[in-house]
Amino acid sequence: MAFLEVRNACYSYSKGTPFEIKALDNCSFSVEKGEYIGVIGHTGSGKSTLMQLLNALVTPDSGSVLLDGKDINADKKTARDTRFRVGLVFQYPEYQLFEETVSKDIAFGPTNMGLSAEDVHKQVLWAAQIVGLPDALLDKSPFDLSGGEKRRAAIAGVMAMKPEVLILDEPAAGLDPIGRKVIMEMIDKYRTSTGATVLLVSHSMETVAAAADRILVLNKGAIAMDGDVQSVFSRADELITMGLDVPAVTRIAVKLKNMGYPVDAGVYSVEEAAKMLTAVLRAKEGTR
Amino acid sequence: MIRDITIGQYFPGTSLIHKLDPRVKIVLTVLNIAALFLCRNFFSLLLMFVMSVVWVLLSRIPFKTILKGLKMILMILIFTAFLQIFYNDGGTVLWHPVENWDFKITTEGVFSAIFIAVRIVSLILLSTLLTYTTSPTLLTDAIERLLSPLKVFKVKVHSLAMMMTIALRFIPTLIEEIDIIMSAQKARGADLETGSLIQRAKALVPILVPLFVNSFRRAYELAFAMEARCYGGDEKRTRLRVMKVSARDIVMLAVTLVCLTAVVVTSFANVGGFILFERVI
Repeated sequence: MAFLEVRNACYSYSKGTPFEIKALDNCSFSVEKGEYIGVIGHTGSGKSTLMQLLNALVTPDSGSVLLDGKDINADKKTARDTRFRVGLVFQYPEYQLFEETVSKDIAFGPTNMGLSAEDVHKQVLWAAQIVGLPDALLDKSPFDLSGGEKRRAAIAGVMAMKPEVLILDEPAAGLDPIGRKVIMEMIDKYRTSTGATVLLVSHSMETVAAAADRILVLNKGAIAMDGDVQSVFSRADELITMGLDVPAVTRIAVKLKNMGYPVDAGVYSVEEAAKMLTAVLRAKEGTR
Repeated sequence: MIRDITIGQYFPGTSLIHKLDPRVKIVLTVLNIAALFLCRNFFSLLLMFVMSVVWVLLSRIPFKTILKGLKMILMILIFTAFLQIFYNDGGTVLWHPVENWDFKITTEGVFSAIFIAVRIVSLILLSTLLTYTTSPTLLTDAIERLLSPLKVFKVKVHSLAMMMTIALRFIPTLIEEIDIIMSAQKARGADLETGSLIQRAKALVPILVPLFVNSFRRAYELAFAMEARCYGGDEKRTRLRVMKVSARDIVMLAVTLVCLTAVVVTSFANVGGFILFERVI
């Protein structure tokens, strides 16, 4: 039995009006505990809807979502409990801060879980430490923080619930390279200390390639590809026709392969590409 | 869901009503509404009701959409009609449960309830039709033109129209934003549906605070962006869409005026003894 499973899920927005949009079309996949999955897809491919499906914010029109083998939309209570187990960080989460102080805002989730004040406090401090927010900031108003700090505070607000599945929708959007790196490190830290499953939605192929073990590709509301990083990126041509990109090194590898060199087109990290190219060059020299 | 609110929405189309000059459309809507309030008997009200239905049919907006819009005011409609029954005690007594008690239902009470209900429905039909068939840009543009004579009195007509355009433009954005904020807070376990009235009011804080903060931020950004481009639409502006009054506008105007005259004549001149009851206004 899979840990988290989506079975034949379909979903449409504005049903029954001329504006009806089919967001998800018969999606099925399953996720195991501790996996790190990158989710990529063109704008409007249904990524965000799919992520909301996983924590019962969106109820499928047909099909089902199972967590530990139980339907998460069985009743209202199950749906609400699921949200504590499957944490979802929306895009630009800093726009949802509302409390007087940062620590109160982070405490919103754990408090809603019904934890004791002591436990709430513990989880808040723990989450703040994971995202690297210094204690001095915790008593400040969230609106006085810098952009990057706000983002971290907002992500801490979800991590403080210690969800078993953490979903992040473009967590690094609009940040500078250092800010992006910090966010990725935060996610790793959360993973190692909780063993949680992570789903990372991103437009940056490099980010996904570097972080995830497995990639889900969405196209027009359907799952177009599902596999490990190498096997997905080796299908560069298909990805490009879907309006997606591949990491820059992969593009070069694909070109080299088309030119007849014996290279692996699925290579996605610079280090590996360098190794592979030296091998190719060495072999060439040897034949001469 | 909050997305399904249709009042004030625009449904693009190419019907006769869509193609009317927006200035004429506004004037016609105002005239029709005025006529609706001048109705004093069933004949004139029926005329106006038929007129409203004809407008709806001409606009080719699906009837389902119109009904959905009406559903929103159903409670108000029932409540008003219900009160009207007891406000009017003329005519034949239909039901008088307790002797010596002033509580009774009479024919005139029932008539006036029906009268008010039909009038409200027609009113909603006519006024929603204006926004259903006119894009917000055209609507504000037309209002600006119609109000332009006020410039003589130093009224900043253009700025007012611009404010309206911006306000209308941001309604869908705000609705989308509320949707996202609600989902995000729900993802952290916010409970918006259960609890006492006070608990539910408190549950709105996590939604309203970010909504206001974001709205102010967006307003600043927009103002800066407009200023950075030296916005000054007030003077010497030329327009992409030049409004022209065409033959169809004149025909519609004529038809409306004839209806209006008919309403006034039948209501006030007591043609053929049509006045059923004069007290209902």
